[in-house]
Amino acid sequence: MSDAPMLDQAATAPDAAAADEAWRRVQLARHPERPRTLDLVPLIFDGFYELHGDRAFGDDPALVAGPARLQGVPVMVIGHQKGTDTESNILRNFGSPHPEGFRKAQRLMRLADKLGMPVVTFLDTAGAFPGPAAEERGQAEAIASSIKLMTGLQVPIVVVVLGEGGSGGALAIGVGDVVLTLENAVYSVISPEGASSILWRSRDEARAAAAAMRMTADDQIDLGVVDVIVAEPGDGAHTDHAATAVALKAAIIAALRGLSGRETSELLATRYARLRGLGAYLETGEGSRSRPGTPSLRRRIGRILHLPGVPRRPRWSDIWPSDDADDESERGA
Amino acid sequence: MPIKFPFSRRAAPSDAWTKCPSCDAQVFNKQLERAQRVCPSCGHHFRMSVGERIDLLLDPGSFEERDAGIESVDRLGFVDQRSYPDRLEASRVKTGLRDAVVWGVGAIEGQRVAIGIFDFRFMGGSMGSVVGEKLARCFETALAERIPAIVVSASGGARMQEGTLSLMQLAKTTAPLVRLDAAGVPFFAVLTDPTTGGVLASFASLGDVILAEPKALIGFAGARVASDTVGEALPEGFQTAEFLLAHGFVDAVVQRAELRSSLARLLSLLPVAAVDDGQPVEPERGWGPIGALSGLAERLGGAVSESIGIDVEASGGGGNGSAGPGAPAPAERERERDRDR
Repeated sequence: MSDAPMLDQAATAPDAAAADEAWRRVQLARHPERPRTLDLVPLIFDGFYELHGDRAFGDDPALVAGPARLQGVPVMVIGHQKGTDTESNILRNFGSPHPEGFRKAQRLMRLADKLGMPVVTFLDTAGAFPGPAAEERGQAEAIASSIKLMTGLQVPIVVVVLGEGGSGGALAIGVGDVVLTLENAVYSVISPEGASSILWRSRDEARAAAAAMRMTADDQIDLGVVDVIVAEPGDGAHTDHAATAVALKAAIIAALRGLSGRETSELLATRYARLRGLGAYLETGEGSRSRPGTPSLRRRIGRILHLPGVPRRPRWSDIWPSDDADDESERGA
Repeated sequence: MPIKFPFSRRAAPSDAWTKCPSCDAQVFNKQLERAQRVCPSCGHHFRMSVGERIDLLLDPGSFEERDAGIESVDRLGFVDQRSYPDRLEASRVKTGLRDAVVWGVGAIEGQRVAIGIFDFRFMGGSMGSVVGEKLARCFETALAERIPAIVVSASGGARMQEGTLSLMQLAKTTAPLVRLDAAGVPFFAVLTDPTTGGVLASFASLGDVILAEPKALIGFAGARVASDTVGEALPEGFQTAEFLLAHGFVDAVVQRAELRSSLARLLSLLPVAAVDDGQPVEPERGWGPIGALSGLAERLGGAVSESIGIDVEASGGGGNGSAGPGAPAPAERERERDRDR
């Protein structure tokens, strides 16, 4: 692939070199020959047996799951599955699950929990599918309940970011005790194209958005979201699936070895502490307050003069009143 | 100093009235305030500030704000068309809030609750580290004091300016709910206009009871994204509170005038579970090292370097297989983080 910088973008990018590197990683993570979950699973595990269906609505080919053995140890394997060509991508919905995909994952995580098997997940999705059918069947609920299940699952969980770690659809199977990432995988709260169209109001600023969101593996280590980077062979995982699998297998085994022997309570307490520790904020002096602060001048004068419509007791809406000029430009993901 | 009528809401006359987006009626602002920001002619529910929500839901004088001082920081150095600190400052000036959520402890008809309330005006109610931290503390306080938790949401979703740190707030706000389940403490979610994206894809969809305000926009993906994806018009009333009720994802659509009394009734019908001897219920099942995983280390150990032939620890460090300190082991990271906290 070409690494030639696009100079016309440099004016809007905060740091052109960083934008180039971030975008190069995004392209590698989306490379059509990059190994997918089902390419790597037979190379890492023995005897993988794919199981189907969420027992409620259907089976989602965008998410695959089933038991396998790792070095003889039974584990539950769960991963997003992208296609490799147009036909298989249509079958796999480009790796974007519907709610039944996440509910299948939940069903098999519960089975792993019941049988005391560690869970290994592979993240490779642009995001959960956003269509009306997904909404009707509760896409948000499916993601939320998957996340909740994983935070309390009483078996070790190792997460591998394989390609694209795309937003809630990735996190739905991405809560773990150890999070590994391939060197050229990316992880983000929204796709760079999505961030571009919301924050820049243009589809053309995806490069700048990719850099601004700090999506690369190194960035994720820095933010504490990911624990270990697994190096890719040669010019990227797409050049050598077998070598990628060897490196991943070693890293997964090392992670599970580190987790084995822990009491369940310790496992869960450590996982909880890991999640609680994620985020950056400043704790200033102010703690609690039991009455509203200084109300506006209008309110204070109104109260003294007992004007109609102005409450005499200080109200929280005095300090935080409505402002009808809602700014729709401030949106979330 | 120019003499100004001190109790007029705005100098500009256009602000004395608000046009209802639903029925086009011109509603006098004072009238709207008295009607709890519900259009008197058509019943459209306008968005409320966090202060108005507190006054609407909690017993007068009962609310005590907690963690008022937590502030967002720009961990990523995020710049789009404006820098993140600029956007934060603009929202602070506009709303008088430090971030998009206020949480505290108060009472609803005498029943003590831990409550978190979103204000959509602060960066679209987006959830970053501060929102996640405050809500996690809200849930943890509910757990420690064994009082019900309530969150009133109004949010576009995760705050993009905090990158994956904001995505991780989905897990941070969800993890405490597992503990509430184990301890028998109920959580009530109140979804108001709008509740979308990462907020709906985490705690907001996980209430033991979920109430929604009429016609509130509630959905996972933005309606534009959804219609672009299928390339056709969306069904009528798609992503409304009523749509979610019909599809089984909320328990009830409640008029704002009934919201406080509905919560009060549910709080008394669904009390915190009684506990013996004040001992919280053990959340874990008892499988320890003796179990399916007991031999894991042994079985995975030893054979690793022979069968795979590379040094796992070295590959864990730098991005390009470079040696050196690299990322510390997860357990070490954990300890470091605990120290820092």
